[in-house]
Amino acid sequence: MTAAHEDLGLTHIGADAHAGLEIVHEYEVGDIVAEATYPLTRESLVRYAGASGDFNAIHYRDDVAAEVGLPGVLAHGMLTMGLAIQPVVDWLGDPALVADYQVRFTRPVVVDPVTGAEITVEAKIAQLDEEAGTARVDLTVSVEGATVLGKAQVRVTLP
Amino acid sequence: MNPDLIDHEFEKTSPYLVGREKVREFSRAVFASNPVHLSVEAARNAGYPDLVAPPTFAIVVQQLTLDQLFTVEDAGIELTHVVHGSQQFGYSRPIVAGDELTAQLRVTSIKTLGGNAMVTAETAVHDVDGEHVVTATSTLVVRGDA
Repeated sequence: MTAAHEDLGLTHIGADAHAGLEIVHEYEVGDIVAEATYPLTRESLVRYAGASGDFNAIHYRDDVAAEVGLPGVLAHGMLTMGLAIQPVVDWLGDPALVADYQVRFTRPVVVDPVTGAEITVEAKIAQLDEEAGTARVDLTVSVEGATVLGKAQVRVTLP
Repeated sequence: MNPDLIDHEFEKTSPYLVGREKVREFSRAVFASNPVHLSVEAARNAGYPDLVAPPTFAIVVQQLTLDQLFTVEDAGIELTHVVHGSQQFGYSRPIVAGDELTAQLRVTSIKTLGGNAMVTAETAVHDVDGEHVVTATSTLVVRGDA
């Protein structure tokens, strides 16, 4: 489940030729910098459809979802990707500090008409470059304990 | 899937004007609560000319180019058989309300796996001054089984 964490980079904690160099950032690899939970309902899907212009019927019609062999109405992958970075933006305080964001869509998120679905996001520092002031933050995005995004990585400039 | 798509020259899209209310609407839809997405005053206090779009807003502009891809004659892509495999955004700067953005698509790779095809579509987005804003890359799996 956390295979993406195997290629952890080395931590640079300001170890440098300059004597007395201050540690600018207090972060370490493995730190969880943000966590959040998002309750999705069918209304969330309709709202995202309207906002994004993605009106694929598998995101709001049970009959169409069943017809194409899906286990139910699914959240847009881009909705999951879009909300999963929000805790990181809140931690950074400025969206301009996000340099690159990528995900793989590995498991569909079924949104029940009555109970919806709950997406949890955990953002952890996976690589740190103290000199450059940058980090790679890996997101664990899951529904009922199963991850729904793979290789969900954000490259950021540290705040 | 038509392998010639790699060489296909896609036209730049006509300018997309990023509207302030569209940014608010999209922000609410992706649960973006940072004030720079919702309050013009907060955005200006943070040094932006207007509301800042959330990071994945670029998909709205990229979608215009994917629509071009899906309507290429002989592309061999049946929309109901397309699955979104992965997505990436590389930013030069955030998108801000008032931006006029043009996008241009390039198909960078087509791989065939069994009956399925995997196409990588890279969309470069530039502002009205020709400066790079974001590159959005989608990997689409085109199922050949139905």
